[in-house]
Order: sequence, then C-alpha cells, then structure tokens
Amino acid sequence: MKRADPAPMSISKILIANRGEIAVRIIRAARELGLATAQVFSEADRDMLAVKLADEAIEIGPAQATKSYLSAEAILRAAAAVGADAIHPGYGFLSENADFAASVEGAGLTFIGPSADAIRQMGDKARAREVAAAAGVPTVPGSQGRLTDFNHALAVGRRIGFPLMIKPLAGGGGRGIRVAEDADALGNLLPAAAAEAKAAFGDGGLYLERFIARARHVEVQILGDGKDAIHLYERECSLQRRRQKVWEEAPAAMLPADVRERLCAAAVRLARAIAYRGAGTVEYLYDDETREFFFIEMNTRIQVEHPVTEMVTGVDLVCEMIRIAAGEKLRIRQDEIPLKGHAIECRINAEDPARQFMPAPGVVTALRVPGAPGVRFDTMLYPGCVVPPFYDSLLGKLIAWDETRAAALARLDRALGELEIGGIPTTIPLHAALVRDADVAAARFHTRWLETWLAANPLAKTA
Amino acid sequence: MRAFPSPLPGVFYRAPAPDKPPFKSEGDAVAAGDTLGLIEVMKIFTPVLAEEGGRLVKFLVENEDAVMAGQPLYELDR
Repeated sequence: MKRADPAPMSISKILIANRGEIAVRIIRAARELGLATAQVFSEADRDMLAVKLADEAIEIGPAQATKSYLSAEAILRAAAAVGADAIHPGYGFLSENADFAASVEGAGLTFIGPSADAIRQMGDKARAREVAAAAGVPTVPGSQGRLTDFNHALAVGRRIGFPLMIKPLAGGGGRGIRVAEDADALGNLLPAAAAEAKAAFGDGGLYLERFIARARHVEVQILGDGKDAIHLYERECSLQRRRQKVWEEAPAAMLPADVRERLCAAAVRLARAIAYRGAGTVEYLYDDETREFFFIEMNTRIQVEHPVTEMVTGVDLVCEMIRIAAGEKLRIRQDEIPLKGHAIECRINAEDPARQFMPAPGVVTALRVPGAPGVRFDTMLYPGCVVPPFYDSLLGKLIAWDETRAAALARLDRALGELEIGGIPTTIPLHAALVRDADVAAARFHTRWLETWLAANPLAKTA
Repeated sequence: MRAFPSPLPGVFYRAPAPDKPPFKSEGDAVAAGDTLGLIEVMKIFTPVLAEEGGRLVKFLVENEDAVMAGQPLYELDR
C-alpha cells in the first residue's frame, strides 16, 4: 500500500508556501517521493527548521504574514525564481483561497490541493450546505442561505427554534459566531454580527443554524482524485477552547458502527459530488443523545490533526495528496483501508495555560522529545530555535497510538511526561491534566466541555 | 518628554481595524490608561495603554510595524 513504484512524477520541485511544523511535514513527504523542495520564509523565519531541512529556501518578505505568507504575488514570484513546478499551501494562510489556487494553475504550476472551483464552492458556507444537502448529507436545520433582513431571520428562528447560531457566510475556524437565545437577542445581535463579519471577512453576509448544546465534533478524512473518492474514517475533535481544537482522536470513541458507516458514506458522496481532488475533511456535529449527525463544513486542505488518521490507517496523507496533484489515480481502494487501534493528538502551543493561555513567543532553550513505538512528535522546534510572535502558537503535535483507547491514553501520559520544552511556557501542563481526567478517560465530552472544565480546574502557575 | 516601551513583541496597530480611525493622533492629549494602539501577538490582540497622562508627541514606529518587547513605542510630554 505504501510507495513501491519509483516512476517519475509529473512534478519535480515543490515550493512550500507555509511555515512551522506543517512545512517540515511536507518537506519530509516530498523527499520520500524523490521530489526537490524549496521553502519560502519571512524575515522572522530565517532560522526555522523547514528552512534548514529544505533543499533550498527563498525569502519572500517581512515578518507580517500579510506581506509574506499571505501574499500570493510574493509566493508566485518565489516559485518562478526557484523554478518550482508545484506549490503546496499547507493549512491556514492561502490554502483555502480559491483565487490563489487559480493563479497558481494560471501560472502553469500545479496546486497541491483541490480545484479552485471546489475551494470556492466549499468556502461559501451557504453554497456548501446546498451542495451537501443535494448529495444527501444531513445539514443542521437553518436558513436556506444568506439572511436578507431581520424579518427573514425571525421567520427562520420561529421555524427551527431557539437557541440558534448566527454565523458569517465567509467565515471559518469558528470565528464570528454568536448564539441567540430568543427573538429579542436575535434582533440585538444581528447588526454587530454583520458589521464584524464585514470587517473580518469582507462580506457581512450571515446565516442561521440550530444550536446543538451538547454536540460532539466529528469529521471524516477524504481523499479524492477528481473522479473517485474514499474516506479514511473519522476523527473526534470535541476538546476545544474558543472554538480552536486542542486535542484530537481517531476514531471517535463513542460512535456506533452503523452511524460511522453512514457518516463516512455521506462524506464520500459530497466529495464525489464536487469531483474532489486531494485531501479534504468533512466536518459534522454529532448529537450522541439522538445519534443524529449534521454537516457543518468541508475543509479543502490538509488539516493540523491529520496524523491521528495516519496512525490508525497507515496511509501517508501528505504523500497521497502530492501523488494525486501529480495526476495519479487513487492508489488505495476503500476496502483496503484498515482502522486499527486508537490515536490521540495533543496540540502543544506556545501559550501559558496558567495565565489565560497568554501567547508566549521566545527562545526554546531545551528540548527533550519522547520516543518508542506508537509515539510521534511533529514539530518545528529544535534546541535554541526562536518562536516568533507573528504567527499562530502551534509548536508541535504529540501523537500517541495503541491498540485500544485506554492503552493510547496510558502511552500519551507516559510521552507527555517525557516531553520537555524549555524557555517558554507551553500547553503541556494542560494535556498532562486532561490525560488523567476521568471524563476524558470515559470520552464523556462535547464541544463546550473543555471551557467548563478549565473554569473548574485552574492550572497552577509553574513560573 | 519620555519614551515608553512596547509591553509585548508583535505587530503594532494604531487603529482598531484597517478601515477605522486611529485610537490617538500625534499631538492629542491622553490620560493614563487610554488605549494608544494594539499589539498582535500570535493572533491575539492586546491593547497598548498609556502608562501616564500627557500629550502624545509622536509614535516611534509605523502602523503595522513589527516591534520587540521593550522597544520604544511612543513619546509623551507631561
């Protein structure tokens, strides 16, 4: 199932248009496929690990992301300068920017990801809901698309019931979402929600969805080659803080087998409906009381938490997405994908959990990395490296796999005890507490569980 | 006249949003605790508060400049 054929690929040099741990991950995959790598970097990232590991590196602008990693022009100029024939966008930055994908293709290069059209369809949340519904994927009851005015919103609210969520059409990553408890709150919240959406995303459009109080976040990993699509089972990412994932697992521990089958099959139907190419993720809310699942959105890129899927299926997702971008057909049939054991990922962030998760850039003075079978640490760190203040706080991802969830938790506990990052505060103490929590051990959680837990379990100050 | 340091490393902004007017203009009177700008650190925005009252003589960095913690940010005249 792994690479066996050293056949030449239609691409030979990949420009990595990202930074941090995912840039390192992409370089590793490219190298194993025999491809050359060129790493872009900002002024603040001259010494980052990916720059050291890539075959060559090219500076693209100042520290501010808007002038470097978010500048399509700077990236395309770099690709031309190094003679790259493909661009991997990673996650975040330009990865879900349809115009960028189109300009990469327009410049005669390969975009390692889906078509600009697929990105555009899934990036417009209302359009994505329509496409999902047409493909027979259950969607959360809500407005059919953009709200026109307050009376429209009120009519929708009366039909689907309160509380409900007000969401920006152009948003992502959980940003800009408000919960209205009743019709009065809806009237009060709509104007500010529209203004904020306009400021944050350039589009003030809003839509409404039923608010499910105790939902779990379950998502399905997809691979498509533009014609056929398969799933690589699901992940559960219910442990979130401010709608940002903190801890992810594969598979979802509490999912009944028949629901798993339906939820994965629905994700494949959606991927086929948009002729999806590359790696993607179909996100659902799952209500484990009613056993209902609802489509939230599709992420048209590799995700931060992809390693847990790799650990339970044995499929190298980053290699597969590169092969698909190079024009290969899917190499794996659905019935060839095992689901073996259980994997858990902890996001290790440069944030101080004892001080309201205050960001903590700085110099990493020491690093001790855990090992032994079933343990993986995907990171941008090395001893002495600088964590700049300009980008997100993710330092690395500690992943533990074992045959059962209980064994994976024990292994994760052991690995967290070995992991040491000196010089800056990190979220290791948060994970060390979570891994021994009784509710976590029983997988008794939902998307708002962690915030309640944090309020009840303040983490001791360590420094 | 005295220069005051940036409390954090990151990117300095003089306005709450790109299409909004700046919190303060050079020459304005400020009170201790007034918001003079924002520092973005790892996607989190923290207000820069005037340490003392006085007249804001000038900013020592441009809007959207990258700044280091402790780098002089603005000058106040008491």
